[in-house]
Amino acid sequence: MASLTPSTEPKLTDLVPDLPPDVLAEPPHPDVELVARAKAGDTAAFEQLIRQYERQIFRTAQHITQNREDAEDITQDVFFKAFQKLDQFQGNSKFSTWLVRIAVNESLMRLRKRKTSKTVSMDQDVQTDEGSIPRDFAEWRPNPEQNYNQAELAEILRKTIAGLPPGFRTVFTLRDIENLSTEETAEALGLSVPAVKSRLLRARLQLRERLSRYFGKGKEPVKA
Amino acid sequence: MNCTDFLAKLTDYFDGEIEPELLAEVKEHLGTCSHCDVVVNTTRKTIDVYRGHQPYEFPDELSDRLRKAIMDRCVKSGVYPEVEKSADPQPR
Repeated sequence: MASLTPSTEPKLTDLVPDLPPDVLAEPPHPDVELVARAKAGDTAAFEQLIRQYERQIFRTAQHITQNREDAEDITQDVFFKAFQKLDQFQGNSKFSTWLVRIAVNESLMRLRKRKTSKTVSMDQDVQTDEGSIPRDFAEWRPNPEQNYNQAELAEILRKTIAGLPPGFRTVFTLRDIENLSTEETAEALGLSVPAVKSRLLRARLQLRERLSRYFGKGKEPVKA
Repeated sequence: MNCTDFLAKLTDYFDGEIEPELLAEVKEHLGTCSHCDVVVNTTRKTIDVYRGHQPYEFPDELSDRLRKAIMDRCVKSGVYPEVEKSADPQPR
């Protein structure tokens, strides 16, 4: 892909002349410059942004939709939408958080289409306290994974997280797998920080309870 | 602090966002309640096992195919009308 980047690279202040002084005082996140270049017509810069975040976006979409083909389509749609709306990205959040937010919306939309008679939203599964009350108090084996090979373990992890309601699965994915901060997760999901914390607690406890079936001490390994 | 109070603070405890006074209470509770101690240990392992074993593969072939498809759509959209496709892919 040809690049429109001139041989002498422009300074950030040339690309974004109205940056406030406090932004200039700290070294900007490298994405700020890449986004500015992409806005200015540099396709290589946009391609670099895809390289950096395609894995994260794909994983997030697959975790939420539990469908690989959907995740592929969503990954394409997310970056294409981001490309079309680059001018709307104001840099108030990280570019990656902005992408994740688009990915979550696209993924939930897919789930809605799949279940046309049911609404799927971040709020659909928070009406109950189920999942906040631990029942299994058995310690796990010292190294719980060693009873399973990689393929079996991957299947256990897929099946277990697939059993979570979408709202919990999404919060766990962003916060604990993709390592977003609580604030970034809240921003990406359009939720308050307390709501994220509450859902994260339930998601973690429900997953723990379900994995205990496989990893609990004294229990025979359950084949995935 | 009882078990219900402890559970309410579990997320803050894991995330290191708990006030020092409450942290002392949490540790005291964990020292006396084996059930909550198991919950903490196994919940931490739950997080670790997902972080350490990504269940979904993302091979290079898929990465290349998706990126090419995205860039094709971007160029065809006309937003970058003057850009022509290069024969040489960008280096990784």
